Amino acid sequence: MDTKRTIFPNKGLPYAFIAPQLAITLIFFIWPAAQAVKASFERQDPFGLSTTFVGFSHYARLLNDPTYLAAIGRTFVFAAAVTVIAMGLGLLLAMAVSRVIRTAQFYSTMLVWPYAVAPVVAGILWWFIFNTGTGILPYMLGFFGVSWNHQLNGTHAMILIIIAASWKQVSYNFLFFLAGMQSIPQSLTEAAAIDGAGPFKRFWTIIVPLISPTSFFLFIVNVNYTMFDTFGVIAATTHGGPNQATNVLVYKVYSDGVVGLNIGSSSAQSVLLMLMVVILTFVQFRFVERRVQY
Amino acid sequence: MVRLSLAALALTLTSTTAFAQTEISWWHSMGGELGERLEAIAADFNASQSDYVVVPSYRGEYEESLVNTIAAFRAGEQPHLVQVYEVGTGTMMAAKGAVYPVYQLMADHGSNFDPSAFLPVVTGYYTDTEGNMLSMPFNSSTPILYYNKDVFEKAGLDPEVAPKTWEDIEAFGKQIVESGAAKCGFTMGYAATWLGTENVSALHNVPYGTLENGFGGLSSELTFNGPIQVRLWEKLKEWQDAGIFAYGGPAGGPDTAPKFYAQECAINMGSSAGRAGVIANAKDFEVGFGMLPYFADVEGAPQNSIIGGATLWTLTGHEDAEYEGVAKFLTYLSSPEVQAAWHQATGYLPVTQAAYELTQEQGYYEANPGSDIAIQQINLNEPTENSKGLRYGNMPQIRIVLDEELQAVLNGDKTAQEALDSAVERGNAILREFESANAQ
Repeated sequence: MDTKRTIFPNKGLPYAFIAPQLAITLIFFIWPAAQAVKASFERQDPFGLSTTFVGFSHYARLLNDPTYLAAIGRTFVFAAAVTVIAMGLGLLLAMAVSRVIRTAQFYSTMLVWPYAVAPVVAGILWWFIFNTGTGILPYMLGFFGVSWNHQLNGTHAMILIIIAASWKQVSYNFLFFLAGMQSIPQSLTEAAAIDGAGPFKRFWTIIVPLISPTSFFLFIVNVNYTMFDTFGVIAATTHGGPNQATNVLVYKVYSDGVVGLNIGSSSAQSVLLMLMVVILTFVQFRFVERRVQY
Repeated sequence: MVRLSLAALALTLTSTTAFAQTEISWWHSMGGELGERLEAIAADFNASQSDYVVVPSYRGEYEESLVNTIAAFRAGEQPHLVQVYEVGTGTMMAAKGAVYPVYQLMADHGSNFDPSAFLPVVTGYYTDTEGNMLSMPFNSSTPILYYNKDVFEKAGLDPEVAPKTWEDIEAFGKQIVESGAAKCGFTMGYAATWLGTENVSALHNVPYGTLENGFGGLSSELTFNGPIQVRLWEKLKEWQDAGIFAYGGPAGGPDTAPKFYAQECAINMGSSAGRAGVIANAKDFEVGFGMLPYFADVEGAPQNSIIGGATLWTLTGHEDAEYEGVAKFLTYLSSPEVQAAWHQATGYLPVTQAAYELTQEQGYYEANPGSDIAIQQINLNEPTENSKGLRYGNMPQIRIVLDEELQAVLNGDKTAQEALDSAVERGNAILREFESANAQ
């Protein structure tokens, strides 16, 4: 034996090493998810005293329910808007900071702060700012002849949650974009500059392609964020209203399951939501990743 | 040193087991000052005897607390007592295997319990069709009207006269807005639900649904799209456009109280349990109290208002000895002294006749004008089929539907009739879902 063996002789040992991680995944992810799948095929009273198997009837009912179909469309509008705004602003800020020399660290620290704010707290902050009676923004918008009322105007409510949800995600995107830009060798941009490429040309032909893995990663993270993590923002500001204008899928899962105690339908909705995100992520990997250069 | 403290710990452990008290867990949703009042009641009960110790614990708002209880029940960790809001009543009643009905608990555990000591409107809400009381009334309230006397005076109205009818509300509101005394005439919480459909139906003695508003069985259909309810919703839209009414958001109306406190709106309608809060927050003006308005031309109005709030439910799955303690505690809780003190401190209704009389004897109502409006309002008339309450499963979902539909009316998407028709249709679908989940 002249080379050192790096394979464990004991067959069980590797499994023992991954066992803790596996256990966590099984107990906290797979098991609850399986329970949700099971519950989505059953009709049960809230206390779980009587259960009947109903097959796909929850799914059929959902897919025939115009309010559910409207919620799907609304969720995609919301996800697209938040992703575009949060990534756009994150990129813009990262560009700005990467050009600043002396106070870059200070700006980065400041810009990352919102990420540390819990979604509900972020929601409440925006609730204050947009409060129709006492908020500063409706007051200022009044000067421009805009009568802000997100409690009755669905468009206003949607704008409110898009702003609140994006604001929180900008920091995260900023941080990743900045790291991505800093890993680009200075010599590349300098060489391009010597060849006569202006700042915009350099940005589009050097920086954008080189940070494409980061952008792709952030794209997936942001879409998943809006699909699942925006619950707190909505719960603290609009409660899905007015007249369902901000009732996105993840909030509907909550309001039907927790407030409405309709566990079967709520489970079916979470399974559908999970499926949608899985398919979306798959599509992203299959088609968008091709254009990514690592 | 460590050993010493361990020994001390062991000693305390053995000494507590020596005087083993039976623990009774009580989950509730009373935050803030109400929570302190509630804990004081438990502490007083614990001090009054040595066999049982009641442990109250706050489990979030009513919705959360109900969900927590259900989750706990499924895991076999349920509390002995849980406070459930009135719209959860239908859900609890349908959960026959999970609930230990109060009348049965009291019969099994020997307390001489008399359901007739409770006010009829309160018990009516929580008894089954055979007249058995299923849960213990604890904090019941009913919506009343609060108004700003200073603004009334500024608008040239008599500050001692509360508006009585919707016609008054319209006329007063117009005068308030036109005189510039306030930006809006009135606002109200639960604008689509507890006030805007449930109490409006009761006060005008019209049904909310068939089969005695759901008391008669799970197959009840909603009928709240009648002329009275439609008329109010139409008026709300009209008044909103005229600046007389300001919408304060869905559910309880999170923006209604701030609008009233900031003197933006001269009148607010909300729970009588908000009385203490209203007085504490109305720092710069004097508050007047009145009953909920009604349409003057409707025969028989005002009938009586219906209650909201919560009751205590006993859950199954515990030892007999523990239920003995639960029965003792509930008896203590409904004693006139405890009830009267709770009623006076919080603005909730006195749930027993004796507590009401005791409060009267103590001269509380004379010293605090307006504090008896709520109880007068629920006792205006003998409750009818239409005014004894509602009993629907999935009621929280129906309330969400109503909130959405009122929003559609107020932003001009639908007429009042269209919105209420659609609410009835969507609500009935929710009811059928509940019916099939609970068909036994």
